[in-house]
Amino acid sequence: MSDARISVPAKIAPGEAFEVRVQVRHAMETGYRTDDAGKAIARNVIRTFTCRYGGETVFAARMSSGIAANPYLRFFVTARASGELTFDWIDDSGARGSDRIAVTVG
Amino acid sequence: MSAAGEAEGGAVTMVAAHARVRRRLLQAAGALALIACGPARAADGVLPAIPELTKFLALRSPRWERIRLDLPRLADNGFAVPMRVTVAGPFAPGPFVRTIAVFAETNPVPDLAVFEFPQPLERIEIDTRIRLAGTQQVVVVAELTDGSLLAAAMEVVVTLAGCMDGT
Repeated sequence: MSDARISVPAKIAPGEAFEVRVQVRHAMETGYRTDDAGKAIARNVIRTFTCRYGGETVFAARMSSGIAANPYLRFFVTARASGELTFDWIDDSGARGSDRIAVTVG
Repeated sequence: MSAAGEAEGGAVTMVAAHARVRRRLLQAAGALALIACGPARAADGVLPAIPELTKFLALRSPRWERIRLDLPRLADNGFAVPMRVTVAGPFAPGPFVRTIAVFAETNPVPDLAVFEFPQPLERIEIDTRIRLAGTQQVVVVAELTDGSLLAAAMEVVVTLAGCMDGT
């Protein structure tokens, strides 16, 4: 499952804080909705979202149903060296997702 | 000063004294309106009573500075309200931002999100989209590595609450 769109700048200078934008495709079910038969739809939101840079966690988000569907996150990471950003997330149903993007510094 | 005063200046055939009194009243009203509209971005220093927020603060009181919360004053749709949280740097020698917590006063789940920065970061700017169940105060609190807290709050008027079944 890799339902995410990620973007980082093409050129990053060393030491610069660069923008990371992520959007994960996920319904972020609140648990307050009902289906057509009137049955409650179980809550299912992405609980934790982690961004690692060269293996070290640089950003994490603990989310609730208060984050809109298809959660979008934009944050900054300080550039050190070329490498990879890896993203991992897990939802209430236990489903895990992950994605990665290469970062070119220099 | 006030447009009201000028518009009033165009009014005709009134007893001079009466006009003067009226102008003063209008100017005062204009000034009051400005005051009322100005700081819509926070009843600074007054935190809404949210149990989750009280727990997060743990009897510490935040300073109302350096952190900035950007939200639309009026959100047509509470399902996805764009939010930006910025903490003004530089942080370099001193304490860095460790966590930022977001709270919404009347949401069924008031603690919307916690953002964590395990490593010192020079630029703290977070964008996301939140759900809001009706008109309410949104509060962000940043905790620094020295344990001090920075807070900002803002009221958002929501026309369509983000918790109902939209279908």
